Order: sequence, then C-alpha cells, then structure tokens
Amino acid sequence: MTITEEAPAGHIGARRLRKEDPALLTGESKFIDDLALPGAIWVGVVRSTEAHANIVGIDGSAALAIDGVNEVLSGEDLALLWGEGALPCAWPVTGDMKTPTHLPVARSTAKYVGDAVAVVLADSRYAAADGAAAVVVDYEPLPAVVEIEDAVADGAPLVHPDLESNECYTWGLWGDNAPAVDAAFAEAAHVVSERYLQQRLIPAPMEPRGCAAVPSPAGGELTLYSATQIPHILKVMTAVVLGIPENKLRVVAPSVGGGFGCKLNVYAEEILCSALAMQRGAPVRWTEGRAEAAVSTIQGRGQVQHIELAADADGKVQAVRVKLLADMGAYLQLVTPGVPLLGGFLYHGCYDIGLYLFECTSVFTNRTPTDAYRGAGRPEATYAIERAMDSLAVSVGVSPEEIRARNFIAADAFPYESSAGLTFDSGDYQVVLDKAVALAGVAGRRAEAAQRRAAGSSKRIGVGFSSYVEMCGLAPSRVLASLAYGAGGWEAATVRVSPTCKVQVVTGSTPHGQGHETCWSMIVADKLGVDPDDVEILHSDTAVSPTGLDTYGSRSLAVGGTAVYMATDKVIDKARAIAAHQLEASEDDLEFSGGVFRVRGTPEAEVPLAGIAFAAFTAHDLPDGMEPNLEAHVTYDPPNFTFPNGTHIAVVEVDTDTGNVDLIDYVAVDDCGVQINPLIVEGQVHGGILQGAAQALYEDAVYNSDGQLVSANLGDYLVPSAAEAPRYRLDSHATPSPTNPMGVKGVGEAGTIAAAPAVINAVVDALRDLGVTDVDMPASPQTVWRAIADAQGGAS
Amino acid sequence: MIPAAFDYEVAESAEAAISLLAEHGDDAKLLAGGHSLIPMMRYRLATPSVLVDVGRLDDLRYIRAGNGTVSIGALTRHSELEHSAALAEACPLLASVAALVGDPAVRHRGTLGGTLAHADPASDLPAAVLALGGTIVAQGPGGSREIAASDFFTGYFESVLDADEMITEVRVPADRGGWNYQKFNRRAQDWAIVGVAVAGGGSGVSLVNMGSVPVRASGVEAALAGGASAAEAAAVAADGLEPPEDLNADAEYRSHLARVLTERALNAAGVA
Repeated sequence: MTITEEAPAGHIGARRLRKEDPALLTGESKFIDDLALPGAIWVGVVRSTEAHANIVGIDGSAALAIDGVNEVLSGEDLALLWGEGALPCAWPVTGDMKTPTHLPVARSTAKYVGDAVAVVLADSRYAAADGAAAVVVDYEPLPAVVEIEDAVADGAPLVHPDLESNECYTWGLWGDNAPAVDAAFAEAAHVVSERYLQQRLIPAPMEPRGCAAVPSPAGGELTLYSATQIPHILKVMTAVVLGIPENKLRVVAPSVGGGFGCKLNVYAEEILCSALAMQRGAPVRWTEGRAEAAVSTIQGRGQVQHIELAADADGKVQAVRVKLLADMGAYLQLVTPGVPLLGGFLYHGCYDIGLYLFECTSVFTNRTPTDAYRGAGRPEATYAIERAMDSLAVSVGVSPEEIRARNFIAADAFPYESSAGLTFDSGDYQVVLDKAVALAGVAGRRAEAAQRRAAGSSKRIGVGFSSYVEMCGLAPSRVLASLAYGAGGWEAATVRVSPTCKVQVVTGSTPHGQGHETCWSMIVADKLGVDPDDVEILHSDTAVSPTGLDTYGSRSLAVGGTAVYMATDKVIDKARAIAAHQLEASEDDLEFSGGVFRVRGTPEAEVPLAGIAFAAFTAHDLPDGMEPNLEAHVTYDPPNFTFPNGTHIAVVEVDTDTGNVDLIDYVAVDDCGVQINPLIVEGQVHGGILQGAAQALYEDAVYNSDGQLVSANLGDYLVPSAAEAPRYRLDSHATPSPTNPMGVKGVGEAGTIAAAPAVINAVVDALRDLGVTDVDMPASPQTVWRAIADAQGGAS
Repeated sequence: MIPAAFDYEVAESAEAAISLLAEHGDDAKLLAGGHSLIPMMRYRLATPSVLVDVGRLDDLRYIRAGNGTVSIGALTRHSELEHSAALAEACPLLASVAALVGDPAVRHRGTLGGTLAHADPASDLPAAVLALGGTIVAQGPGGSREIAASDFFTGYFESVLDADEMITEVRVPADRGGWNYQKFNRRAQDWAIVGVAVAGGGSGVSLVNMGSVPVRASGVEAALAGGASAAEAAAVAADGLEPPEDLNADAEYRSHLARVLTERALNAAGVA
C-alpha cells in the first residue's frame, strides 16, 4: 500500500500491471528445463561428500550398468576439454590477491562438499541422476577448515597448500587517517565496539540453475542456453575460458525464475556443457536439483564484523573503524572477492562521519564459494552500522531516532562527499525518518511496550530502526577500473520505430523476474506518445541484443533504463528533423506531444509519429544526407552511482516464554528517486523486506565441524513463505537523482539491505530491560530463549 | 531430487492393494496423498521399488458420526477433516488439528490413514488420535484387526502394521470435553517443533515430536486426575522423555517448550 499517491499524467508513475505476468501465471513462459532438445546428452554431476579430501579413485562400473548411462568421466578425463582454462574470477581486488586455480571438475582434491568430482553422461535426466548416485568415489579425507576465524588461526589446515595461506587478500580504505582516527577514539565521550556475525545464506530462487549447450549442425557455432542473469558476460567469459571464437558463440537466457545474484556467475556446468557439446557435436544439458543447489550454487554473506564508533558527548559520531573477516569459500567465483568491497564504502551508513577506516581480510574455507547475494556487501554494512548506532543511542541515553537525527547527512549537504570517497547524489534522510516514525506510530508502540513490561507480560513489544543508504546503478566504468573490476558498468539500448509505428526496444539489461518489459515500454511509450502494448522489449539473447552488461546491483533502471530513455530521445531528434522537413518549419519551432509534432502557433500544421515512421521507411523524401529508418542506439556509461536511501521500522512481539518473535508491523519509507511503476517498486520492497527479515529470523546455512551442510534442504533451511510475511506499510519520499535524466535510483535491493538490522534492533529493544544487548542471526526461538536465559544469569 | 526408479500400480480396491502388498512385500509402499513419502523418495531416503496407489479409493473417504463414535475412512483428506461440520460437532479437536497440518496443498492431498501409517512423531494428527484414545482398523490378507492408537506406534516411521496391511478406517470417540492443540513451529507450513494435544477435559494429553513416537503425557494426565493445577501438571510434561535434537531445538529447549505449551493447552482447554 502506498499512502502518498499522485495521479500520473503519462505512463511514468502509473501502477500498470506487468505485461510479463500472463505468460508466467498461465505457464506459457519457457524456462531452461522446458527446452525440447531431442538427442541431448544429459549431464549428472557427482559431487564431493567430503569437505576436503584427495580423490583416490572413481569407480563408475555400477553407474555404467544402469540403462541409459553411457559414460563416467573424472576430472582427469575431462582436463583435456579445458586445458589451462579455469573458471573465471573477474575481480582481482588487489595486486597480490591469491587466486586458486578453479577447474570445472576437480582433478585430484575435493575442496568442499558439493565440489564436482566426476560427471555422468546419460540419455535422460533420470538416468543421469541414477548414474551420478551410483558412482563410487574413494576419498582420502584431509583436515578441513570450516569456520571463518579458524581459517586465520595459527596452524590452520590450508584449503590451498600451494597458496601457502588461507588469506586471500587484505583490502582497505585508510589513506592517512589512522592517527586522526586513533585520536578521535582517545578523545571520545562514547565508544561503541561491537562484533557481529553474518551467517551464510543460501539463495533460493524459484528456479534453480540449468544450462544447455547446442552446437549448430555446420559452421562451428555454439548456442549456450542458461538460467543466468548475465548472458552477455557469460558469452565473453565462455569464449575466453574455452578459446571459442566469440563470434561463434551465442548465449540465450530463456525465462529465468529469479536469481538474487546467484545467477550472476560463470559456473562449472556452463563451461562443462559448452566444452562437451563442442567436442561431441551434440546438445549437452544439465538441470540443477534443489538439494544440489544448496551446495553447488554460490552462497551469500559469511562475515565476522568488528565495528567501532567514537562519538562526542552529544552522540555525534566522529570516527568509524571497521575490520572484517570475509568468507570466500573454497574458490573465487566471478565476483566473490569484490562483495565485501561493495559494503566497504558504506559502513558509515547515512551519517556524516568525517573519519573512516575500513579493512577487510578475506579467507578461504572448505565450503561452497560465496558471491553476490541480494545487496552484496551492503546489507552487511548496513547491519553493522545500524546495530552499532542503537548501541550508541543506549550509551548516550537518547532514542534510536534521535541518535540518527544527530548524525544524518543534512539535506543541504548534497552532493555529499563521503569520507569513503563517494559522492552521494541526493536525499533528505530526516524527512524520510520522520515519515516512518509517524507512519509506524512509534510513540503508541512504545507506550504499549512499557505497559506490558510494567504488567510483567511475557509478550514484549520491540521497535527497531534501520536507516540505510546504498550505492546502486552499478557503475561508472572508471570507478570500476579503480576497484580493479574486470569490466565496465555501461549499458546499451536500441530503439527502433517500425514503418507501422510499432516500437522495438533492444536492451542489454537481462530480466529474471523484475518487470523490465513493463517498465521499459512505459518509458518509451511515455516519450513517444504510443501505447505501451505497442512497445516490444527484446533482451536476453546475444544474437538479438549483442551488447550489454546485464542485471545485478540495482543497475537496470538507473543505467539500462537511462540508455533506453536516451535512445528514445535520439529517435525523437531524428523524427523531429523529418517532421521539420515535411512541415517546412524550423526544428526549433516544433513541439512534440502525444505522438504528434506541431508547429508552435500554427496548430493545424502537424504530423504524427506514424507518418514520420513510414516516411523514414520509404525514404522517398528525407532531408538531404539523412539515413533511412527511425532507429537509434545508445551506450550509456553513468557518471556516478545512485544512492537510494530510507528508514525502515520493524515492530516485533517477543514471547519470552518460548523465544518466538512475531513481526507484527513493518513500515518502510524509501527514496528510490522517481518511480516509473509504483506497483513494481512495492513488489520489490515487499520481497526485499521478507528476504532481509529471513536473514534476521529464519535462514542459516549451518555447517557442522566436518564441513557438512546440515541445513541442506528446504525443510531445514527456512525460507519464509507468505504466511510469515509481516503487514507491510510503505511510503516513499523521492529526491530525484541528478545523476540521470529520469531521476531514478533503483530499488531491487533496498528492502533486503534495510530489513535485517530493523528486525534485530526490534528484538533487542523488546528484551533490553531483561539485560539482552545482542541476539545472533537468525533470531530463532531457541536462540532468543537462550539469550534471555543467559542475560538472566543462567538457564531457566 | 530425482527418486530412484520404481514401478507404479493403481489399486482399484483395498483388497487389490493388499494383494499387491502381499505380492511385493517390503519393496512396496502404499501411496495415498504422497506429501510425506514422495519428498523422502526425491531425497532417496525412501526407495520403494513398487508404489501401490490407493489415492483413488473413494469408498474409503468418509466421516460418519453416531453412537458416540466417529468413524473416518483412511483416505479422508486433511482438508475434509478440517471442513467437516459433523467432525467439528462430534470431535472438534481432530478438525482443529487437521486445519494446522502443513499448508493448503498438503491438506488437500494428505490423508488421515497416510499420516498414521507414516508414523512420523513430528506429525500433528497421530498425536491427536492418540490423545483421543482412537482405534486404527487395519486390513490384511486374513481380514481386519483393530489396534489401539496407544499400541500402534513403535519407533521413528515405524508402526505395528505388517508389510501387507493397510489402514482402512480410524475411529475416535465423540469428544466435546475440554480440548486444545498447541503447535509451535517457525513457519506455518512446518512440522511442529513441539506440539501438545489435550482431549477429553484432560483425560488424554499427548505430545508431538518429543520422542521417537507420539507420546501420551501420562504424568500430566495423572497429575490432573490427582487435582493438580495446569502449571503443576505441565511441570512434569517432559519427565522421562528423550526428545530429539535438530537445528530448531536441542533436548533442553524442547523439554522447556513441552512444559510451556502443555500449560497453555491445559489453560486453553479449561481443564485445570
């Protein structure tokens, strides 16, 4: 529900139903496993059951006895397929970062439970599964390092002995600040020093992964279909890894059922199927199972955070000092090392803090690799600063909203140069917080909480705040260069108007559930004065959309949408020149609205876009030197990030007898800049909040000391359902971003970034008078019950 | 998530199902709603070589109340228990518990006979039938026998049912005495971490997921019979039990939950 609503004049800002939904709701959409590929070879992957072990032998005899199983191949057998090629890591964050060689199938040593150690080729998916289950692998177990802090302990087993250390890299933002920061801490009236744990999370999109590589009958071309967020990047990387000429490679992402970052990668199976298809001259395909996904797809988060604040007597923070230990897992996937950096710029949150020190040491463990997961570094940063700000509020003796108000970057300070080196675009953090406080009825909730405390009720009320700012719209290419990222951050768009005035838009953004088709058609329709249903959006196929950098990091609208907007402008410019020619008027005298060019002051002199489109097609009478057809292409490289922000307030009821936490109200006031379609914005915020609340209350990738994933299925790994969702109450406050012409910022990750600290701050608020100052995530009933018991001085 | 290969037989009658069971022995499993069995098969925790589908035996889908007894066909769906006016009148506990099983999809497929035969100590309905002092009717090649619910469960996913027997009916006494069911879980669709069923004004109290079988809280029942308060009776709820441990709860926390939930159930039932 949006409370602030203004009737939009055009399509921008309208709550338009998604054009994607009919096909999704009726099952018409084709996902990777729906592809009919007669004669395909099915791949089954045999995965390590050991966290760390030498592979002594692989016995495929039982598998080969199964009808339909044709081959069992070890990593050694497959090595010829990729030669020196290894799975790529595109983000060498430091010059001396340690990068283990990551083969698609391990040759001699398995490094984590789920590591591919052999492959079965079969006639069907069923035979492939039976075959993979029947392969017997003889392991010689090696000592495993499982927990983050154990990886850097003296004498820790090494995940990669050839790298001589479990430390992957140390990266920091410190400049020459250290003495000034030390001085600030020495002089501080209030010092907060906290340690927080970011548990590992398992991304669980509706559709697991899958891929199919299909060679063309002649010519040497290969088409790789994959449930991926990044067909364009995957194409480049597959060409590089396998030495396939890039012009011979086409990558297609069919309908993709969500990703949350876990499909922002180049995976072993994509390389394996491509290499085998080229070798065999036949389609080769693989579909991931849900249980397999828990260990074979990247996981998110996985950090130990130390954050310290130095504040003056009024609670004004002078300095922030952060030390992270981040879990890379056993290997570096596409952007694994960069994820902590994306948070590294934001541990001072939305506060005007002049002195900032950040240092991250990343470590290898014998666990599934980590990588980007909705928010990627920014939820972790927001959690640390927002939890620490609540501790500071307690220390100073003011409310959570007051400590935030005293430290916010002021509305008149934008553009704001942050102490971490970013330029924040726009915002009014205090107005956003005030709106949230009013909407949540904070005073009433607190009165109710006090009443219950006084009555000795076992049902405690807690109110938790989270004010956040994120960097989105990834990213200015030059900034990415300074961070050693292996690609740019631009996006491409083509807009073409057909002879009959229907519109095709080609976008380099790759939707996997967000609603790009709806939004892009609204943007274009709004500008051209056509019906959004007459605007077709083409995407996700490198043969149709050859140029692009895909979808992640809340970048689509701010970068890809801006490219579409600018390409549409170029189309209008060309149309205007044709209109001026036809009307024998000066371009400067023309106005364009509702799809019609008119000569100002001479209303009868007009020509509709449809007429111009047809004229551009016939090319019978175009201005001298003009190329036929009405089409324009733009590649847009953003000059800056965008900085969405907001304040979320969670209200919880904690049952102190059982430890159960009920999320009874949730208020979110977000500034994602101008909203193209508030319906889609609300959907993103709803889902994002639940995903953040899931980290706070439900989800935890639990490993035992042997490195076995204990929460390996969706009965033990608790993805919340609609039944667990809170009552959402949303509002917004738009400060248009000056970075792009539409003033948009992005909203794909906001809810997830904000929600976890809001919920945990609420739980701690509910229990503070019982002596509870911290509760680990997820705040399960047992964890909360124990926290209460411990605070009360022992078990009940 | 792909089950091992299996053969599939459709039984047109209970007798046909039993003869198929007799033919295939331990290799065969009955398939009713399938919402417990099939997930286990997809994880290959269960690998029956033959599935005998009894899901179409509509003559075993009924709820008949009369003469102080409610007789329920084994293939009756949870959703039918949940929405049956006759059951709500004669035995509200059972209808109320059925409404808390899984999610709507599970309740539209899952069957009462299936959940009893599956014998998962974490399931809701077995504990309810146990608290009610119900009777399970099993049919085999040699005819039918009646088994008291208290004699039925023997261990994790194990019961006294023979490999060639099939549950055909479940009988519970009509019971409008003080009743309540407390189910504690983290997600609405989940099994209970701990559950407590109170029937017959406290004469029957049973616990979910507090051991290898659904258990009668005999200490609680005895304390109530001796005039104890809800708090006093609930204090002994976990005595002598060896609750399982998992990611949601260790034994100490489960025992604590059993006491808290028993007190709540007794108070809500108004029996002490």
